[in-house]
This record gives sequence, structure tokens and C-alpha cells, in this order.
Amino acid sequence: MTDASMPENAVKTSIHTLDARTKKRNAAETRFKAYGIAAIAAGLMMLVVLVTTIVGNGFGAFQQTFITLDVELVEKKLDKKGNRDIADIKKVSTFGYAPLLRTAFVTKVDELGIETDLKSKSMSALLSKSAPAQMRDFVLEDVSRIGQTVEFTFLANSRIDGYLKGRVTRESIANDKNVSVEQLDFVDQMVEVGVIEKRFNIDFIIGADASDQRPEAAGIGVAMAGSFFMMLVVLCLALPIGVAASIYLEEFAPKNWLTDVIEVNISNLAAVPSIVFGILGLAVFINYMHLPQSAPLVGGLVLTLMTLPTIIISTRASLKAVPPSIRDAALGLGASKMQSVFHHVLPLAAPGILTGTIIGLAQALGETAPLLLIGMIGFIASNPPDSLASGLLDPNSAMPAQIYEWAKRADPAFYERAWGGIIILLVFLVTMNTVAVILRRRFERRW
Amino acid sequence: MYDAPNLETAVEQKNIKFSASGVQVYYGDTHAIKDVSVEIEDKKVTAFIGPSGCGKSTFLRTLNRMNDTIDICRVTGDIRLDGEDIYDPKVDPVQLRAKVGMVFQKPNPFPKSIYDNIAYGPRIHGLANSKAELDEIVEKSLRRGAIWDEVKDRLDAPGTGLSGGQQQRLCIARAVATEPEVLLMDEPCSALDPIATAQVEELIDELRTSYSVVIVTHSMQQAARVSQKTAFFHLGNLVEFDDTSKIFTNPTDERTESYITGRIG
Repeated sequence: MTDASMPENAVKTSIHTLDARTKKRNAAETRFKAYGIAAIAAGLMMLVVLVTTIVGNGFGAFQQTFITLDVELVEKKLDKKGNRDIADIKKVSTFGYAPLLRTAFVTKVDELGIETDLKSKSMSALLSKSAPAQMRDFVLEDVSRIGQTVEFTFLANSRIDGYLKGRVTRESIANDKNVSVEQLDFVDQMVEVGVIEKRFNIDFIIGADASDQRPEAAGIGVAMAGSFFMMLVVLCLALPIGVAASIYLEEFAPKNWLTDVIEVNISNLAAVPSIVFGILGLAVFINYMHLPQSAPLVGGLVLTLMTLPTIIISTRASLKAVPPSIRDAALGLGASKMQSVFHHVLPLAAPGILTGTIIGLAQALGETAPLLLIGMIGFIASNPPDSLASGLLDPNSAMPAQIYEWAKRADPAFYERAWGGIIILLVFLVTMNTVAVILRRRFERRW
Repeated sequence: MYDAPNLETAVEQKNIKFSASGVQVYYGDTHAIKDVSVEIEDKKVTAFIGPSGCGKSTFLRTLNRMNDTIDICRVTGDIRLDGEDIYDPKVDPVQLRAKVGMVFQKPNPFPKSIYDNIAYGPRIHGLANSKAELDEIVEKSLRRGAIWDEVKDRLDAPGTGLSGGQQQRLCIARAVATEPEVLLMDEPCSALDPIATAQVEELIDELRTSYSVVIVTHSMQQAARVSQKTAFFHLGNLVEFDDTSKIFTNPTDERTESYITGRIG
């Protein structure tokens, strides 16, 4: 043995020169570090590409082109009898308001001295199709406004909006019947004098979705409310159920084959594709229990099923992380099992539970697939919910569902809004994850 | 080892607090404690010594049923506290543990304030009716734990911020706050430096005046210093149990002698 390990003519080596083995080991370590840096660099690059693409594509959605016009609310057109009877005024449809807009354009052009060959009908085509409705709503709100000249700020048509944002160009509209080169020339003139301008559009964030014809009026606000009510359901159900289940399994349940089976199945549930929960929700909550379709309540229930395993797993992990000595200390003082759990273990595990819950919620917030199956996609909710019950039971959409809906519509203006929606969704997710990190940092206790 | 008639008279004379007879403890298939019978006297310190894994801590934990928290642990035999069987189905271990306090090997203060650490036991047992009464209990317990002077100005500071020795004295003060009748200590000084150890030992000596103290220790010198009675455990058996002075000067059993002279262990 010693013969092999201690040769008689042992060569004296210097520690100042590296032998072949050491060199090889060092080279391997350097290579490994290089791989790691390359991997991180690749990841970071992807992230940068992702963020710049999203922001670049979606930023436009937060700005909108507006046209400011002074419109005379002509009594002859809006209230022929002249008695300000609301019932009669209501009979005038949005078509009745359209001529007023044409007149307003002509007046404006004359007033500013702009020279154009454009007919007044082509001028008013620059406006969003929502413009007459906006005027009609304004009049119906207070009929005494008839006869006055009022300054309105209308949304511009999505083509005009696209032109100002660079999405629509003179070349690209060659085959587009909705807009002509002459109209674009006119827009240029109007922009110069400040009648048409691009500015921040709060309605994108708080407004409701709009029909296929009016991408410029579409907003994500109502879908956001839908997501909010779903998250409310998820939080109210998944947190107590998940925490109670974890505490029982971790602290009270006997360790036998039954609890082993339950444990394995909870882990399995976490890996079940979300669409499976969607079809389960459709079968159980809608077809069997007859809950309303497209309702955030059903969406919330489905997402609760999906979030439960996440919450249970993270809660159990944080309960496990509480040192047994704390439990011993409490039991040794004559605290009951439940007292030791609720007075000592749970407060120590709370940051972990909270973090798990927030991450579970964030996951649920971005979930789209199950919502496909319970009808929360393709629905246009025009009014924001006005109470808790209507928020839970009235058909609504959710943010990711709304994004999906926009992305599949034909008009490229919706595509821009889909990216904008993604920005808002990401802002929510990043905020939630940041809150989770801050909570963990702040309440984490060391012992 | 003990005949039944002797036991009867012993209760009369020696003021026995705990009497255990024929105690067997199993962890799953492992036979950890083999037929141990021992009597622990009131207002005395009893030390359990023996090599690692000999079962002294396990036996200590059977005395306040802390082993109940381990699923695979099974205890048979008869253990009586003041003549009452503590493994009787009628006994709630929670009530028992209020009477038989425990201090653990590693200081384990709750990650709460020093005040709350001490007040926790009295609160859950309803020992104080008012804030003033609770304050009094906290002060008394901290004084008994010989730590009052060091912490009286920072009762709101977290208990985990104290030094190791202070933490252990805090844990002792916490244990005495619930007014137990017996105090079990599982190697209370193994994580402490010699100075902190000396303080805790001094404290144990004082506590003897009001409680029956059972201490598990690895240090034979410590057993010799603090205890009046010593039990030597080896491989799950109780080899010898006698007055400390006798065990350390004139042991009956060969194994005891080998252990205290350092030949085994």
C-alpha cells in the first residue's frame, strides 16, 4: 500500500508552478463560470427584447388622437317640436346627430381658413363612430343644452389615430377603402392648427371594451374589474381553505397511507393543466350547479381550484421551516397543540404563506385557458359593475381574456391595444410579486 | 431492584414526587428504554447521566409526556406524579405539562419580546387577572431566573436578541413562570460557555428550594456539582441510582465506575 502511494524517488514539486491536474481543474472551473455568465447574459437579453417589444408595441395604446370641434346643437334637428320633451328627443337616433358634425367641420375649416377639396362627409369620417353617440348622450343628460354651441373632444377614427402614431402610412392605405390620401392631407392641416392632437387616454385604462368597428374607444377597465372580482373570490376561498388544509396536514394529521395519498395528489393537482380546471368548472359550476355563464364568480371558483395546490404547498413548506424547538417550547409550557400552532407557528410561517398566496394570485390573474371554457372570452361588457353582486354575477371578461380577444380581432388598432393590455397586466404582476418580496423581507424573522 | 413493600414506605419517608416503575419506551421497533424504575424526590435535584444515546433524554421526556408528539413512540409501564398515573387516559398532557415544566437543550425563546416570553405561560393558564398581576409574575420569574437585572430595562426587546446564556436563563424563567411542581432540564448547559453554565448551575441550586428538579447532563462534573441524586443510564437500562456522593465515590456497578472514570462513554 505504502509502496504505491510513496514512490521512492519522489519528485520535489514547487507550489509556485501549477501541475497539469491543477491546470485542468482550473480550466474546467473557468469554463463553467463562462457558461454561467453566458446563460445569464442570454436570459437578460431575452428579457430586454421582451420588455422593449412589449413597451414599444403597447405604449401607443395609452395615447389616443382626439379632434376638438365646436358643435352647434341645432334645435331644428334635435327637437323639432321645440318643447324639450325628453321622449321626443330620445326618438332622434345617432343618425340625426351626424349632420351636426359635418356642419361643425365646415365651420371649423372656414374659421381657420384651411383650403381643402374634401367634402364635409369625408371630413366627419375622420371621427370615431362613437362621436354621434357621445353627443346624443350629452344632450339627453340635460335637454336644455339644445341650441347652444358646445366644444366637444371626439375620438378620432382608428385609421387617423394610426396615421398619427405611424402605423398607417400613405402607402399602406392603397387598398384601404376606409381612408383616402386626401383625408390624410386634411389631417396634416388640422394637426398643424391643433384641432387634431394626440394625448394621454385614460379611457384605455378605465373604459369598457368596444365593438369591432371602434377600436379607438376600447378600454380594459371593465375587464380589470372582472379580474378584480375573480381575485376577490380566489382570495376569500383559496387562502382560508388552503391554510386550514395545510395546518391540518402538517401539524395534526397522523402520518399514514391516507395522508400520503392526499399529499401526493395535492402535488399532482399543482401540475394539472389549467384548461382541465376550466372544463371541470364548465361541467360542475355551470352545467350542474347552474351558476351564470361568463360570471367572475365562476371564474374565481375555477381559479381557486387552480390556486389551492400552490397555496397548500407553499404554506406547508413555510410551516415545515418553523423550527420544532418553538413547538416544543410552547408544548413544554403546557400550551395545547392548537395554541402552539396558532400562537407561535402560524405567525412565524405567515410571511411565507402570504408570499405563496400572492404568487398564487398573480398566477391566477394571468390565467387565460380556463376562462375560455366558461365563456369569459368574447364577451363585451359595456358597463362597469356597480355593486358586489353585479360584479360577481354579471357577465364580464378578465384582463388576459380581453387581451386574447383583442389580439384575434382583425383591425391592427386592436393589436396595439392587446400590447397595451399586456403592459397593464405585467404592471399588476410585477407589483404583486414586489409586494410579496417586500413582505417576506420585512416580516421574515430569524432565530 | 425495589421491592413493592419498600416502595410503599419510601413514599412516606422520602416525599417522592415522581415514581416510575417498569417503564419501557419503543421508537418503532427500537427498544429505547428497558424496564426503568426510578423515584424522584421533591425539593431535590436528580441528575441523569450516561453516554450519548443511552436513553436519558427519552426517559426525561416520558415524565411530561413530550414523547406524545412523536408518532412512532410508545410508552408502557407506570409513571406516577404524586401517586397519580400520568399515562391514564383521563390525563390531558396539556394539564400535566403545566405542572411539569421543561427546559430544553438548545435555548428556544419565542421570537417575541422578553416580557411576552415569560407572560405566555401565565396567560394561557389564566394565572394573572390583571396587567399588574402579570407584571408581577414576569418580574418574579425573571428574578428567579437570575436574569432580571440584565433585562429589566429592555423587557420589550426580542428574547432572541439575548446571548446564549441569557436565553437559557430566560427559558428557565419562562418555565418557572407557570408555577410548575417539577422542572425537567434536558442538557440545559450544553450550548453554553463555562460562565453561563456556572450561572445556570447556581440557579438550579436555588430552584431546588421550591421545585423538584430533574436534569439530564453529559457532564459528570456538573452532575456532581448540582445534584443530590444521580441515575446512570447505559444502553437503555438504568444501571445505578443512588445519592450523588455515593455514585461518584463508591459506585456499586462496574459499568458506573467505568463511565465515571472515563473508561467507557
